Amino acid sequence: MNAVVSPTVQASKPAAVPSAMRIQQKYLPLTATISLFVVMATLGSVFYTGFFAPQVFLNLFIDNAFLIICAVGMTFVILAGGIDLSVGSVIALTTMVSASLVQRHGWSPFAVLPLVLAMGTAFGALQGFLIERFRLQPFIVTLAGMFMARGLCYLISIDSIDITNPVYSAISQTRIPVWAFGEETASISIGALIAIAVLLAAIFIAHCTPFGRAVYAVGGSEHSAVLMGLPVRGTLIGVYTLSGFCSALAGVVFTFYMLSGYGLHAVGLELDAIAAVVIGGTLLTGGVGYVFGTLFGVLMLGIIQTLISFDGTLSSWWTRIVVGALLFVFCLLQRVFAARTAKPS
Amino acid sequence: MTSPILELSGIDKQFAGVSALRDVQLRLFPGEIHALMGQNGAGKSTLIKVLTGVLESSRGDMRLAGAAIRPRSPLDAQKLGISTVYQEVNLCPNLSVAENVFAGRYPRCGALQGFRIDWAEVHRRARELLARIGLDIDVTQLLGSCSVAVQQLVAIARALGVESKVLILDEPTSSLDEDEVQKLFAVLRRLRSEGMAILFITHFLNQVYAVSDRITVLRNGQWVGEWPAAELGPQALISAMLGREFAATAGTAAPMAEADANTPVFLQTEGLGQAGRLHPIDLNLRAGEVLGLAGLLGAGRTELARLLFGLEAPDSGTLRIDGKNVRLTNPADAVDHGLALCPEERKTDGIVGELSVRENIALALQARQGVRRFMSHAEQTALAEKFVKALGIKCTNVEMPIGLLSGGNQQKAMIARWLATDPRLLILDEPTRGIDVAAKQEIMDEILRLAKAGMAVLFISSEMSEVVRVSNRIAVLRDRRKVGELPGGSSEAAVYELIAAEHEHA
Amino acid sequence: MRDLMKHRLAWPVITLFVLLAINAAFNPGFLHIEWRDGHLYGSLIDILNRAAPLMLVSLGMTLVIATRGIDISVGAVVAIAAALAAWMIGGALVVVDGVATHVTRFPMPLALFAAVAVAALCGLWNGMLVARVGMQPIIATLILMVAGRGIAQLITNGQIITIYYGPYFFLGSGYLFGLPFSLFIVAAVFIALYLAITRSALGLFIQSVGINPEASRVAGVKARAIIVGVYAFCGACAGVAGLLISSNVKSADGNNAGQLIELDAILAVTLGGTLLTGGKFSLVGSMLGALIIQTLTYAIYSLGVPPEINLVVKAVVVFAVMLMQSAEFRDSIRSLVQKPARGEVRA
Repeated sequence: MNAVVSPTVQASKPAAVPSAMRIQQKYLPLTATISLFVVMATLGSVFYTGFFAPQVFLNLFIDNAFLIICAVGMTFVILAGGIDLSVGSVIALTTMVSASLVQRHGWSPFAVLPLVLAMGTAFGALQGFLIERFRLQPFIVTLAGMFMARGLCYLISIDSIDITNPVYSAISQTRIPVWAFGEETASISIGALIAIAVLLAAIFIAHCTPFGRAVYAVGGSEHSAVLMGLPVRGTLIGVYTLSGFCSALAGVVFTFYMLSGYGLHAVGLELDAIAAVVIGGTLLTGGVGYVFGTLFGVLMLGIIQTLISFDGTLSSWWTRIVVGALLFVFCLLQRVFAARTAKPS
Repeated sequence: MTSPILELSGIDKQFAGVSALRDVQLRLFPGEIHALMGQNGAGKSTLIKVLTGVLESSRGDMRLAGAAIRPRSPLDAQKLGISTVYQEVNLCPNLSVAENVFAGRYPRCGALQGFRIDWAEVHRRARELLARIGLDIDVTQLLGSCSVAVQQLVAIARALGVESKVLILDEPTSSLDEDEVQKLFAVLRRLRSEGMAILFITHFLNQVYAVSDRITVLRNGQWVGEWPAAELGPQALISAMLGREFAATAGTAAPMAEADANTPVFLQTEGLGQAGRLHPIDLNLRAGEVLGLAGLLGAGRTELARLLFGLEAPDSGTLRIDGKNVRLTNPADAVDHGLALCPEERKTDGIVGELSVRENIALALQARQGVRRFMSHAEQTALAEKFVKALGIKCTNVEMPIGLLSGGNQQKAMIARWLATDPRLLILDEPTRGIDVAAKQEIMDEILRLAKAGMAVLFISSEMSEVVRVSNRIAVLRDRRKVGELPGGSSEAAVYELIAAEHEHA
Repeated sequence: MRDLMKHRLAWPVITLFVLLAINAAFNPGFLHIEWRDGHLYGSLIDILNRAAPLMLVSLGMTLVIATRGIDISVGAVVAIAAALAAWMIGGALVVVDGVATHVTRFPMPLALFAAVAVAALCGLWNGMLVARVGMQPIIATLILMVAGRGIAQLITNGQIITIYYGPYFFLGSGYLFGLPFSLFIVAAVFIALYLAITRSALGLFIQSVGINPEASRVAGVKARAIIVGVYAFCGACAGVAGLLISSNVKSADGNNAGQLIELDAILAVTLGGTLLTGGKFSLVGSMLGALIIQTLTYAIYSLGVPPEINLVVKAVVVFAVMLMQSAEFRDSIRSLVQKPARGEVRA
């Protein structure tokens, strides 16, 4: 039997999009976020005196250092297609354990710090293990983790424990001058420096290491990643471990910031982290997004707070409404973007 | 003669007591294209999964270049030198082409024994590998923005990159158009001449003969035989697959007459089109008529079906049913007007997996009746059982989840679902895909019977022989526009000529 | 089908019984019910009363989860409904004919209606985002969760509004025929829902949409309308729950009302056997799940354990149930217990 008699006809393919435009489409959400941030900064500077000061900008980093670190960890989890609801509680647990050990048991801060970091990392690893090994839903597992961590906080102490340890106080109050221009000086806290370091490390991991690329692969298609022979199990456990580490580190920075351990610290922070990640352009379905975008997501949340406090007339709960509105706009943009780049069937 | 590079013998595989493979053997030589054939359920997929480490065999011997192997995971198989390209191209669409080729094996650079990925090297070597198979594209673009054919070639490039000795292609041509198929075959021949052993699974008979050197046939999980392609004629091949004599479909039935011009036109389109998907098309259909829609992959047949059924909104033209203009904004509207669509993609657009056969069959009818007019359990069961009998759907009872039925039976259930709504026009988009030969025959007969009873049928199929055999009239599409109509019973060659003629003028 | 239902409800029922047994073991008077002050009185009655808002929210959440969605904004909706009702009722002390009575700013029926209507509108908003705009449910409802508390605070002006109006308290703390009135509300909603699901095609459509939305759409099911409907219903349930809660505590706190109720509701639904991936659901299971959570809280309280432990215990229970529901976990246990046969297929 001969091959099918068919002249070399060619079905038309969808018109190829020029590569330059395609690259831009890839970065569109990120561009949108950064542009919006710039717009808000500009508006703030125009409407409120004293807004356009370097210190105001650096305060965004100082006041949100812990959120940056935490959201960076969350970005990896979301990129891999999962979610981590326990981050706020792990931060609280970290503060509580630190405060308790330092204040009530006289431990040296230099022993406590590695311990709480290890603790958070182990917590994340355990969650990752449960999720991966038994195919449990990340939402539920990390939800339980959230209950567990906060409950453990209260087990240690129901009331807050203030930290008076000199090392902590010193770190908390240290300001490293960054900008000295005539009258204007600006400085940054150690926490903010840690946040920036974490951010840079995360960007490196995401783009230049096999682990980071595996995260994207797993988020894009876990099934394919398995068939391609990628270390899917290790990657999944790895992202939750990383998130646990970041939460613990965020907790350490939070401890410097608040100088106390308390079970009610960082309530709802996981939502802020998720909001920051989404506003930063990462898709909740996984596989698409940039760590750099998360930075701007956090800065966006921060600048809203700053704008509202500068305004003085708006009550602070307007923050929630504005953040909600922002989330809405960004998600809408993501939907429109996704619908437009979807190929015709 | 050289010794086989891959040798399987005595392979057994059982799932909860049911035997999927029994004493299967396979020999693959370097520098050959070997076709693995068999009907649905013959065990081809299971054998491939055993080969690629997705499953472990219960018993049996596997040897690669003489050494015994037992891959326990896809990564294992890859490391041993066995790579697979699946029908759904299991790569990551959100990563770039180059990344997909090198995922998991990135060339490194930098301090500490290279913990940093060397992107320049990745891109360079990806371009090289793609060039080896004759593909020249931007390796930094996202894989998802490439066509399925290109994605498959990228998957092959990945296999080359890991220096596979054995390349397995599982139904690679199902989503490709004729031109892309030829390109793929050219690549395969090139690889064959370089000494690659290629295992090729397909159910397109003509492709088997176009490109393979030897054929192995499985049936019901057992090995039937292995022949050089030149020595096994198509009749013998089909017999081996079915286990009985089967006459080739050589126009046994008399050609269908065109419908009586006095029957009213049920559906009519004038310039119906959708920007970017379908050029304006004029079409009409009478009651009791079977209109075949012929065309190559990508000609726009499914797009037209979706427009007619309200799954997509047209940008131009009108749709008239019973002479009145209608605007269909969703399938529910279409169903109200007496239309029915049995979609091409059974898994995604058809079956509701965990629901029972009964619920699946009753679904469309219930949807038309609305939320309040509820069919009782007894009514649904009676309906389902009626169709199970009429179409010969093989299931233990109508309560079993439809996901457990074989592909062919699922397809029959889908057809049953739509027949239950007693439609005036039934659009069938590839109703016989992935179904064994006997079931195909039953479905074709059912279509003819329904048409005789007064139902209009729009029949879309890639198997041209079916289209010409069963249609009263054939509308021919090419490149998303209609290029002409032919009477029923025309030869396949006539259809292809019509398609080709347009191409020359373009 | 019936076997499946039995199997799925087995675990929740067993868990509930175990919890009740633990309670009874540690608390002698636990199972004791008596007639006092014109109504039934006892720990069990208390549990039922307190569980009522959660049961309502869980009912709404069940349908949403069945369509493969989720609604994490219910807590915020509870707060909004409570705040609105509280504000509309208020209860200022006015002297009428020499007698100090409480009057409402708006008639109570209007306040109740408005609160539930607004809550349903919130649900509608969520449903539109999911069905029409095509957002992922967790993100769509995240928006309202974040903004909703702000809205509730706006209504209460940042204060905790105390309600001074007797008839309103009847909702949450009143008794009818000896049983808490809140139970009647829950029962009414449950019965109406159960009838709707089983006597109409709603149950079939919801399951179908949850299992395969695209196939359902092709089959002619009005998937969009169904999705919008279940979210609106979920919002309405949250609204009624808000009324019950604020009626019970006689106040509305924009910040704390309904705090964590969304998580408890999702927990209740999962405990009841409905999978988060959507499809088949169990209303009875969710109600049982809500009762389990409430009984658990009660057990912790009566054991004299600090209430903060509640969280840890909830976590452990969640883990236990999740692991039990996981096929992989059951396989691991099985393989630990039995020696695997040679050449057995890997999971």
